[in-house]
Amino acid sequence: MPDPMREVAVVAFGQSDHVRDSAETSEVEMLMPVLHDVLGQAGLKARDIGFTCSGSSDYLAGRAFSFTMALDGVGAWPPIAESHVETDGAWALYEAWVKILTGEADTALVYAYGKSSPGDVREVLTRQLDPYYVAPLWPDSVALAALQAQALIDAGHTDERELARIAARSRTAAADNPHAQLTGSVPAGDYLVAPLRAGDCPPVSDGAAAVVLAAGDTARRLTDRPAWIRGIDHRIEAHSLGVRDLAASPSTRLAAERAGYFEHPVDTAELHAPFTSQEVVLRRALDLDGADTQVVVNPSGGALAANPVMAAGLIRIGEAADRIRRGASDRALAHATSGPCLQQNLVAVLEGES
Amino acid sequence: MTKEPVAVVGIGQTAHVAARRDVSLAGLVREAAQRALDDAGLAWADIDAVVLGKAPDFFEGVMMPELYLADALGAVGKPMLRVHTAGSVGGSTALVAANLVAARVHRTVLTLAFEKQSESNAMWGLSLPIPFQQPLLAGAGGFFAPHIRAYMRRSGAPGTIGSLVAYKDRRNALKNPYAHLHEQDLTLEKVQSSPMLWDPIRYSETCPSSDGACAMILADRAGAARSPHPPAWVHGGAMRSEPTLFAGKDFVSPQAGKDCAADVYRQAGITDPRREIDAVEMYVPFSWYEPMWLENLGFAAEGEGWKLTESGATELDGDLPVNPSGGVLSTNPIGASGMLRFAEAALQVRGRAGAHQVDGARRALGHAYGGGAQFFSMWLVGAEPPV
Repeated sequence: MPDPMREVAVVAFGQSDHVRDSAETSEVEMLMPVLHDVLGQAGLKARDIGFTCSGSSDYLAGRAFSFTMALDGVGAWPPIAESHVETDGAWALYEAWVKILTGEADTALVYAYGKSSPGDVREVLTRQLDPYYVAPLWPDSVALAALQAQALIDAGHTDERELARIAARSRTAAADNPHAQLTGSVPAGDYLVAPLRAGDCPPVSDGAAAVVLAAGDTARRLTDRPAWIRGIDHRIEAHSLGVRDLAASPSTRLAAERAGYFEHPVDTAELHAPFTSQEVVLRRALDLDGADTQVVVNPSGGALAANPVMAAGLIRIGEAADRIRRGASDRALAHATSGPCLQQNLVAVLEGES
Repeated sequence: MTKEPVAVVGIGQTAHVAARRDVSLAGLVREAAQRALDDAGLAWADIDAVVLGKAPDFFEGVMMPELYLADALGAVGKPMLRVHTAGSVGGSTALVAANLVAARVHRTVLTLAFEKQSESNAMWGLSLPIPFQQPLLAGAGGFFAPHIRAYMRRSGAPGTIGSLVAYKDRRNALKNPYAHLHEQDLTLEKVQSSPMLWDPIRYSETCPSSDGACAMILADRAGAARSPHPPAWVHGGAMRSEPTLFAGKDFVSPQAGKDCAADVYRQAGITDPRREIDAVEMYVPFSWYEPMWLENLGFAAEGEGWKLTESGATELDGDLPVNPSGGVLSTNPIGASGMLRFAEAALQVRGRAGAHQVDGARRALGHAYGGGAQFFSMWLVGAEPPV
């Protein structure tokens, strides 16, 4: 990618505790404490923010324009410069990053939320599929991930034991994450859809997350060690599963190349892989399994420990940034995905100032 | 480093009708995108990124349709971004795309907005079920009618103003081959005697429900230099939002709309919009919103907007033509309606608006709003590059 016009960094990150069912809590109520948290970390008031952007989905909420009420949580008065993406909040962060690059804003508040509990999220996500040829068959998200996992096993890239190890490693790491939903020793369980067992699948989660971005010296003023976005790019693949090699993720690899990931080694990778098998696909695309690599993958536990749909990708960026901010990482990769079987992927490379 | 100037080098739209049964969702968006590429003299491979917008996914029953539409829009292997800011989304989508060029992230961006409302019933799609809303309202008209009443009371406007707007816009649409409604034998009397839907909004003062798409190709200076037709240059663009409901909210003239316009005028160096802007494409889904937005956007003093309409100033041959394309009152694929406003403004300053061209238009405003009159997006385009 060309040299960016401005330096942009993550200066604050916050998230809710992710839970199976938040029936007693509205989306605004879920979001408010998180927004107060990140603004407090950055020492900013809502009116100091130059641009606000959010990610969410009407299909999870079960109503049109569900994001309009979330504005109440922001307190958009006096009126604010604001936008919304109908996808994971990682793409809202991307839109905010572009806005800051133009010079029209020095700071941005990015937030995302998703409540999967009101519906059956496996069924809901079938509505993402080709409405003429695939959606009428209602293949659910676990079934499609299982198709991908089987393709991976058939190609000799993994086996069920490795998948179980990924599940165990993720939930063990999540024991140190106070916001995680599924932690510690989680049994592999029965096949949900073979070859994926319950343990290979993400929990159903309700949750929210928020990030504050800032440019250049503003970022240095707001936090001791900003997590600089050295590169960020996203790419999409064909929708039809039949024309894709499900064992590969060329869009992740291309986005990573464009984000400058391959130019220097990273020490941390936060991958948005809701299913264990998808971590294998991403590791291959990102060369994370080389003999000499010492990359810590998903120290937060990843989406296998908490999967608030529409926020889980933004959380990967936030978790990677937090490790940099507290000095546990110098250069980290963060990844977010959208669509069935990793159709669309975003990669950000974050660095601490040396 | 300053921003890269952004040029509109290609514009395409579908024919807008009540039901495009001849095309799929993919076919609909592809038609508009291909026309925009043809206008720009570009091929699919020339596009660096795609930015897609539409209103609620429930309108077609497809969640995040950008995933399914990646192939049809030539986005495979490219960045594809989906925007949704309610009714203002068509405008917001164009602004997000413009920023990609302005920030020098990409050089040539395809932006597209669509709605295929025949796949569902938009009115009930917009009527929120309990517990989200009290069962008092039916559709957008039910929401906006009381605010129109408030405007009439506040301004003392005669009750006929709305019908003048509707009659003007529907006649303008006769000059726009892409418009949905072509009512050859419409008369002012017919507008005024059409059935009352949401008092004071009559049937003929209401937007239709349309299938349609609109696409634009945005490029940097180098792209503009290669453009086979004159480009439109973006002189200013802004978005503003405020909450749906709060004590002190002015539904008649929302502060977010005023702030958004002020930001755009500041960027474009406009100090007297009435004199300096040659054509306006504003989002008027119900006829009375023309005088209301004329005031909100600074073209008329508070309470005076209806006088501009009544005087004929907003007619195609008036001194401030409003919605020469026929506007939302003649064509309303909701998610695309905002982008149509932006695109029609650009067509005017490119001199490519055909039979509804405003003579000598050099600067034009595109305007969109959405939600409970709470989301605003606007851009000002000019025939000359920004200084």
